[in-house]
Amino acid sequence: MSNAADLPLWAAIVVSAFLLLGSGLALIGMIGFTRLPTFYQRLHAPTLGTSWGTGGVVMASMIYFSVVGGRPVFHELLIGIFVTVTTPVTLMLLAQAALHRDRAEGDPTVPTSIAAGTQPERDDATT
Amino acid sequence: MSATILYWSLTAAQVMLSIAMALALLRMVFGPRAQDRVLGLDALYLNSMLLLLTFGIGSGRAIYFEAALIIGLLGFVSTMALAKFLMRGEVIE
Repeated sequence: MSNAADLPLWAAIVVSAFLLLGSGLALIGMIGFTRLPTFYQRLHAPTLGTSWGTGGVVMASMIYFSVVGGRPVFHELLIGIFVTVTTPVTLMLLAQAALHRDRAEGDPTVPTSIAAGTQPERDDATT
Repeated sequence: MSATILYWSLTAAQVMLSIAMALALLRMVFGPRAQDRVLGLDALYLNSMLLLLTFGIGSGRAIYFEAALIIGLLGFVSTMALAKFLMRGEVIE
């Protein structure tokens, strides 16, 4: 808290609102992550933290450093863009891996693959 | 006045993010299967990145931003490699 005393009141309120929004959404996402029953439902819970959780905290940091420094500071935007871009890639790959593992074990709750049904016909056509 | 508001909201945000990290750690330790553990690790590094950003607001220094950026970059690569390992059984084919 080195130079927080010369922060105007409106900036403190806006920064606090974005901080509480971001961290509260991250906490709600993690509560859902521990409580949801199946893996494919749990996969959706951390995205609360990656979308508006990260967005709120990053926006609070940007506003705070811009007001305190007296110049626009936008380098926190890098984290927001990076997390927004990489989260869908990671979670899609993880879901594909989990589906592959469940199918390999013969789990009846996951849908069977479309390619498995057409595999014999394709073999007949090629031979 | 503004310093008090900021102090208490920072404390509340850090407590909430710490509880979120504890919940992610719980899922990572007791997760029923390997993909739950990988997803718990992913959520854990994400929440630690947000916690470092709140530390940066509290101290007013830019060094925490760089640490958070490095955690984000390396966490993406590690989760990608672990998901690849779960799918294929090897990381580099």
